Amino acid sequence: MSKLLTISPSPHVHTSDSVNKIMYRVLLALLPALVWSVFMFGLDAVRVTLLAVVSCMAFEYLIQRFIMKEVPKITDGSAALTGILLAFNVPASIPSWIIITGALVAIGVGKLSFGGLGNNPFNPALVGRVFLLISFPVQMTSWPVSQHAAVDALTTATPLGILKEGVKSGQPVSALMDSLPSGMDLLYGNMSGSMGEISALLLLLGFGYMLWKKVITFHIPVFVLGTIFVFQGILWMVNPENFIEPVFHLLTGGAMLGAIYMATDMVTSPMTHRGQFIYAAGIGVITVLIRNFGAYPEGISFAILIMNGFTPLINSYVKPKRFGGTN
Amino acid sequence: MLKTFKLGGVHPAENKLSADKAIEKLALPKSVFIPIAQHIGAPAQALVKKGDQVKVGQLIAQAGGFVSANIHSSVSGTVKKVDMAPDASGYPKQGIFIDVEGDEWMESIHTGDDLVTDFQADSKAIIDKINVAGVVGLGGATFPTHVKLMPPQGMKAEMLIINGVECEPYLTSDHRLMLEKGSEIMVGIRLLMCALQVNKAYVGIENNKKDAIAHLRNLVSADSSIEVVPLKVKYPQGGEKQLIKAVTGREVPSGALPIAVGAVVSNVGTAFAVYEAVQKNKPLIERVVTITGKSVKKPSNFLVRVGTPVQDLVDAAGGLPEDTGKIISGGPMMGKAIASLEVPVTKGTSGITIMPAPEAKREVMKSCIRCGRCVTVCPMGLEPYYLMTVSDKQIWDKAETNRVMDCIECGSCSYTCPADRPLLDYIRLGKGKVGQIIRSRKK
Ligand code: SF4
Ligand code: SF4
Repeated sequence: MSKLLTISPSPHVHTSDSVNKIMYRVLLALLPALVWSVFMFGLDAVRVTLLAVVSCMAFEYLIQRFIMKEVPKITDGSAALTGILLAFNVPASIPSWIIITGALVAIGVGKLSFGGLGNNPFNPALVGRVFLLISFPVQMTSWPVSQHAAVDALTTATPLGILKEGVKSGQPVSALMDSLPSGMDLLYGNMSGSMGEISALLLLLGFGYMLWKKVITFHIPVFVLGTIFVFQGILWMVNPENFIEPVFHLLTGGAMLGAIYMATDMVTSPMTHRGQFIYAAGIGVITVLIRNFGAYPEGISFAILIMNGFTPLINSYVKPKRFGGTN
Repeated sequence: MLKTFKLGGVHPAENKLSADKAIEKLALPKSVFIPIAQHIGAPAQALVKKGDQVKVGQLIAQAGGFVSANIHSSVSGTVKKVDMAPDASGYPKQGIFIDVEGDEWMESIHTGDDLVTDFQADSKAIIDKINVAGVVGLGGATFPTHVKLMPPQGMKAEMLIINGVECEPYLTSDHRLMLEKGSEIMVGIRLLMCALQVNKAYVGIENNKKDAIAHLRNLVSADSSIEVVPLKVKYPQGGEKQLIKAVTGREVPSGALPIAVGAVVSNVGTAFAVYEAVQKNKPLIERVVTITGKSVKKPSNFLVRVGTPVQDLVDAAGGLPEDTGKIISGGPMMGKAIASLEVPVTKGTSGITIMPAPEAKREVMKSCIRCGRCVTVCPMGLEPYYLMTVSDKQIWDKAETNRVMDCIECGSCSYTCPADRPLLDYIRLGKGKVGQIIRSRKK
């Protein structure tokens, strides 16, 4: 026969899904929140995002090409995603050189030093963020005044910051309610904070899109947010003067961003739904602990990184439900 | 809510292009190549030699043991040679070449199309006839049917489950058979029930074959011992263990046979072959084969004599498409890519799927992004990404304790992996090696 036939083992068909599609769909899911942060913070938001994305991709290209000596894979979208997530985790007013440094740490240390996509134990964007938070605490917690801030024009502290300071100085939560944004403001994002954490509503919209496209499953976000809600709810019921009601914690301080977009990072989260439950519950509990009892007003980044560290352990001990028998 | 199995599963594009094409008789081939090993178990022993005259239905190779099956001539003519030639596996296999002359059948076979419903309720006699006729599982596994009908000591069948699932994309031979030979299949089911001495049978059919479900339901209406069970469309529901789970909720334990939960599973095609063997004295010499593919001019279902070269099927379906990149014996999830159109149709050939070149090539494998999708879709609850790693690194004890031998080679993991990792290739390697280790330990 003249024709050249392919001989390969089964299966002979493949889903149309690919790593690139997954990454680009997450990017797309983040778009509404990005537009909102540009609306809130103006050109600064554009500057920070572009810088973060471009420098993440550039560092990935340069390191892969000249240090690791392999074919650069920047088109897979994962570097761009790290860039956006990093940008979403900093104040829009951050100096350009700091965000570039963050990008270098995220890509160079957080990702490529472990061998690149798929091999990094920690979420690269969070590695970058935590590095910046520790190295540049002042710049990382100076929140710009939004161009449209109506409620909050007087103060630029984040809602979680106001809460933490207030409780620390001995005021009951009820006395602080006036200085905190209303529930509706929190929901659609009329507050100060980092670029991506301010609009819970638009982040949820992206979540819906990712569920629809089957990019991720509901498990991790729902378990993380559910744990925060339940744990904070218990604290609140025990002592409402010291602890605020739980919905506040779901809508502030990057809980949504973390639960939906960072805890779900496939590379650094467990494989099985059972494992994901343990992982997500851990994130929820640690987040609530840090927020209520820790030094920082915000804790989900740390919580995710800590649980990232447990992921390999969870993967080796939590097996999927086997067919035909107990594990 | 339709029934289905619980763990994992995928839903590849169904592409049942030939679903509404009635079964046609394929013209007799000029010559046939009939391998003597068309079943799982020992090869049969050839009984003929060069120059012998044979008739349609004549025994030409005798079962080589208990787990083996007789082979009959599918044509009449002269034995050209007994020699080696590649079958669908690609490896040369022993077989009998026959030049076709006329179409003269053994007198013992009833060739008419009339429906014969009455039979002697004698389990042993039925099993004997099935054995003599060389009937094997027609769903693809080709396990000798008489063996299945004789459960090992101490085991008792409680029910018969008939597999009308046809979950492989593209293939439609079982679907057509259910529509066109429903009454015969029903008699076949009763024969099988009688052979097994059970009084309950279920026919599992996926819900994308509503016409077949309605037709068979209609045929069993008066008989409460046979129940047609519509199933949610999900691959690999045709896997024995998945089908049993879907229909009865029972899980066959790891390493055990279906009989461990009281079930015996047979394909609809097998039920039809059983009908012909017992009621018509007709050995298994022909079967329905789907010939299909996106570029194939006339996707069809043909009744084909065993041993017919695939070339004849391709010609009858309008020739090999220009853009052909791969020819698969079977469906795209579990079928085997074949290298030549000389390969014969055998008892286990359910279809020939022709893939266009762009779809035939695999993508380059990328790093595992640890998305866990392979784990989610695995119907056996395994961790394909992990089994691939340990097979690659040859850590066989880990492969074994993580149940590599449970893999049913359904391909759902490789199908799903967004990083295009050839998971099943490596898992097969691991299975082979771990299987060897287990066997040598038993010695
Ligand atoms: S590991 Fe085996 S049983 Fe599981 S999805 Fe892959 S091929 Fe199917
Ligand atoms: S589906 Fe592929 S990329 Fe995802 S975990 Fe399995 S092997 Fe890795």
